[in-house]
Amino acid sequence: MEAGIVYITLAALFGIFMAWGIGANDVANAMATSVGSKALTIKQAILVAAVFEFLGAVLAGGEVTSTIRKGIVDSSLLGDSPELLIYGMLAALLAAGTWLLIASRNGWPVSTTHSIVGAIVGFAAVGIGMDAVQWGKVGTIVMSWVVSPLTSGFIAYLIYQTVQRLILQSEDPLAMAKRYVPVYIFLAAFTITLVTILKGLKHVGLTISLADSYLLAIGIAAAIAVFGSIVIQRIEPDPKVEKRQHFYTVERVFGVLMVVTACGMAFAHGSNDVANAIGPLAAVITVAQTGAISAKSSVPLWVLVIGGGGIVIGLATYGRHVIATVGKKITQLTPSRGFAAELAAATTIVIASGTGIPISTTHTLVGAVLGVGLARGIEAIDLRVVGRILVSWVVTIPAGAFLAILFFFIFKAVLP
Amino acid sequence: MANMLANIFGSSPVQPLEKHVDLAYSCAKQLTGFFTAAIAGEWDKATEIRSEIDRLEHAADDLKKEIRLHLPKSLFMPVPREDLLELLLVQDKIANRTKDVSGIVLGRKMLIPAAISEQFLEFVERNVDAAKQARKSVRELDELFTAGFRGAEVDLVSELIEELDRIETDTDDKQAALRAALFEIETTLNPVDAIFMYQVIETTGEIADMAERVGRRLELLLSH
Repeated sequence: MEAGIVYITLAALFGIFMAWGIGANDVANAMATSVGSKALTIKQAILVAAVFEFLGAVLAGGEVTSTIRKGIVDSSLLGDSPELLIYGMLAALLAAGTWLLIASRNGWPVSTTHSIVGAIVGFAAVGIGMDAVQWGKVGTIVMSWVVSPLTSGFIAYLIYQTVQRLILQSEDPLAMAKRYVPVYIFLAAFTITLVTILKGLKHVGLTISLADSYLLAIGIAAAIAVFGSIVIQRIEPDPKVEKRQHFYTVERVFGVLMVVTACGMAFAHGSNDVANAIGPLAAVITVAQTGAISAKSSVPLWVLVIGGGGIVIGLATYGRHVIATVGKKITQLTPSRGFAAELAAATTIVIASGTGIPISTTHTLVGAVLGVGLARGIEAIDLRVVGRILVSWVVTIPAGAFLAILFFFIFKAVLP
Repeated sequence: MANMLANIFGSSPVQPLEKHVDLAYSCAKQLTGFFTAAIAGEWDKATEIRSEIDRLEHAADDLKKEIRLHLPKSLFMPVPREDLLELLLVQDKIANRTKDVSGIVLGRKMLIPAAISEQFLEFVERNVDAAKQARKSVRELDELFTAGFRGAEVDLVSELIEELDRIETDTDDKQAALRAALFEIETTLNPVDAIFMYQVIETTGEIADMAERVGRRLELLLSH
């Protein structure tokens, strides 16, 4: 199939471009809090992000990629003309990419996930037929866009409440921080590790029983917590700065925790967002190689690697500037607050990734930050911007859909 | 690229409020040197200090405007915006009163009667103490935000405010005593000078009053 090579090449180009965009822009949200709070330097943040974004994409990105690839469009209706799916997925990638470009030029806060899902639904509903869309699944996805920020907000609220009660409001915040922060480290490490083991390892060919998975996750998390607490015990108060800022050393203790949650956030981000770039690519590859739509095969590992690699390149070339800029703007997210937001968001995202639901990682993080705010943790949140995010949330789906329909008919007319 | 995460944060009023109270106190602090110079009749030096007071008062005023500008109604904060704006207003008045009183004294080249000059300087210093304690209290604002206005930090600030109240009561006592002393000698003074002397005492005393109101405003924040 001569045309197959052309399709795969095009899809790979569009997909890598999307992955690059995700690495350049969205990763900043996962890492900037750590940089802003000086828990990590820019260089360390890039390194952490590169490693954990890649691991997240490769180890835990398969489920969401599968959903994008074959969960939204009912491919059984395409029996005779599988090339329609190829045109559609190419159109969806191009549409989402274009919409993101337009949006960022105009400063609109839009989500990559919303764009790509809107685009896929758009080409399928109009280009193939209303029946081709698995509306049940799409309904679940759209519901999750409401539920995920609420969930992460609620978790963040609870976590931050415990931080205040146990540590910040106590008579000796530093002693309490040294006692409880390792517990939070354990919780963060446990959640991320467990989801990875349960959902990710089968993509790399390992199978572990459920009980063993839990034991392994507890073991790894405990090891990280012990290591963290050794680092924490070494932190000595600086009386000179303490006099002016009583929580200075306490925040440094939380900084250790923040390194762990930042890793978790980067991992979670990679696991969910890589699908936006390579889900359509994976669909194109399957159809182009086999000439038919197989619902059985799983996402090839090398495609996940391409996606993870694209994100890392985006991060290295352009993302570092965005991290620096965003980091400067979010100094209100001190380690004690930032970790609560990151842990809540990362937990919500990895669970969504494990269940194969593409959610907006940024919206989830915004929800978490609002949760910390509701727990009276943030000094000032601009509700106008929150409103604008809600509007762009609603606008993005039809916009992505419209562009995808346009590109779909162009491709259908132009491509062989 | 409009970054969602970066933009949902409004500019925090906390650091600027602390900076503003620093300016207000720095301004009030100049009064000790100013009155020492005035009592000694060193008007060149007094003029110099007065221009420094002017500069600091302006700086506080500019910062006040800037803080207000960055506190739109759409901000969601742990404490009511109105309370923070009120706090800012009374902080600013510390600087305003400092400027007022130094203006009167320099403008009229007022001579503080020798009989009460020492007592008067003590009174001024106590007012400056009140402003200093107000600054110390407001400087806890970031810790209060971190602790969510609860727990041990609240007790700490309550103690600071109690001390502020004690200082203010002390300035009231000193003010009454000073007025009584002035009353004793007022017949020896030019009537217009006497009237203005009363006014200088009154306005200086308002510095501690404003400092105390800073404490009241902080207390309101604590009760949320």
